[in-house]
Amino acid sequence: MLSRVTGLCTLILGLLCFWAANGLTSTGQPVMNRIIILATTTSTQDSGLLDLLVPLFQIKTSYVVKTIAVGTGQALAMGRRGDADVLLVHAPEEEKTFMAAGHGIKRQPFMYNDFVLVGPTSDPAKMAKAKSAAEALRQIAASKTLFLSRGDNSGTHILEKQLWMRAGIQPAERWHQQSGQGMGQTLIIASEKSAYTLTDRATYLKLKRRIELTILLEGDPELLNTYSLLQVNPLKSSKINSAGAQAFVDFMLAPETLDLIRTFGLEQYGQPLFHLLKK
Amino acid sequence: MDLLWQGIKEAIRLLLGGDPEVFAIVLLSLRVSLIATATSLILGVPTGMALALSRFGGRRFLISLVNVGMGIPPVVVGLMVAILLWRSGPLGFLGIMYSPLAIIIAQTLIAFPIVTGLTLAAVQQLNPKVRLQILALGASRWQMLWILAREARLSILAAAMAGFGGVISEVGASMMVGGNILGQTRVLTTATVLETSKGNFDVALALSTILFALAYTITLALTVVQQREKAP
Repeated sequence: MLSRVTGLCTLILGLLCFWAANGLTSTGQPVMNRIIILATTTSTQDSGLLDLLVPLFQIKTSYVVKTIAVGTGQALAMGRRGDADVLLVHAPEEEKTFMAAGHGIKRQPFMYNDFVLVGPTSDPAKMAKAKSAAEALRQIAASKTLFLSRGDNSGTHILEKQLWMRAGIQPAERWHQQSGQGMGQTLIIASEKSAYTLTDRATYLKLKRRIELTILLEGDPELLNTYSLLQVNPLKSSKINSAGAQAFVDFMLAPETLDLIRTFGLEQYGQPLFHLLKK
Repeated sequence: MDLLWQGIKEAIRLLLGGDPEVFAIVLLSLRVSLIATATSLILGVPTGMALALSRFGGRRFLISLVNVGMGIPPVVVGLMVAILLWRSGPLGFLGIMYSPLAIIIAQTLIAFPIVTGLTLAAVQQLNPKVRLQILALGASRWQMLWILAREARLSILAAAMAGFGGVISEVGASMMVGGNILGQTRVLTTATVLETSKGNFDVALALSTILFALAYTITLALTVVQQREKAP
């Protein structure tokens, strides 16, 4: 005989399944040509900028944006395969190669912030006095203090590799380790391990109160972090939503949006997280 | 420890406060994983029974595939589904990448070997004489299968729980084929990863607490149904 409790449980399970199956129809996709796939770097998502801008764009234009936050390397690869319509990335050299190979139709650098070298307050490598990023890295290498690298071919990782090259150093595995994760996670690990790392300022500010790392070097022109919008070449595949990509770029570069970007984070951190490039 | 307490308080606040964003994430997680579990049961129980009862060449090889599939990392399934569903992939024309449907497909593939393997083991464990007896009593082939499934129902419920537990808690496949898009494909596990990388550990902990409570409630309901069956 069914007891009341088990009967209730069976009923609840049955209702749940009914409700879930009912959802099958509502999980359908919006009309295809209203979908835009935006491949972007993790910093624009982790900083919260896209959470502010994308909903505004969707309301304004009734497009549906699928934001895929990956490293710049992966975002460019998605563009190369035609798996994304528009890219928001930050690795100028790689972007130029991407454009030269005909993968994109338009590249527009529009905002920047900067990278900073962070590390434990005690600064065991005494690199805070260094005059350039390259010098600072040489000092870290000389002291063999742990340096945590993203190691994921992201924009930050690409810049880091360029900096090591400029410093004339081949980092050794003993003190140069790879987290293989996004910027936020990498900062958390670096903090736990009292390691140095290279980070964009926006993600660092966002995490500052959670980690024990201080900015030890900033202001080197080499550490400029430029973000660009790239539209993927529609000739790559008939599925590319070229009109949608254009609409998104137009929205991002509209004066009202730029105003929002310019002041983003000002209230919370006392300084803006992104600056606009002068035209 | 402070953080843990904060997380639990945050979880209660998010749930009782009726935060619409969190509520939508919870509903989506539940919906996607229930559909995936149900689909894997529909496909996996017959497959498991067929493998248990039939004899044919390559049967052992198939069973070994099912058994290894029970432990396949979700992120591997995610990558395979992604390669198929990307626009540049063979099924790209469907346009279902980065949608809840893509997550359902991946999760079904994750739960399918679990359900199949456990069903297979359960049916094989039944006394072979039962099968003969049922046939001797004049049951048709389908009637026999039905009775065997009923005999193995405790284990099949366990398979459902294992399958559901496997998919509601996986993050790799959901991240890869869903894309963690707010309002569309953000589920509890991917939201937890994102909040952690944002440094919002309290929110991440709150989401984990909700996930645990959810998984526990469903499993408890299934357990009650399963244990009722034990009574003589």
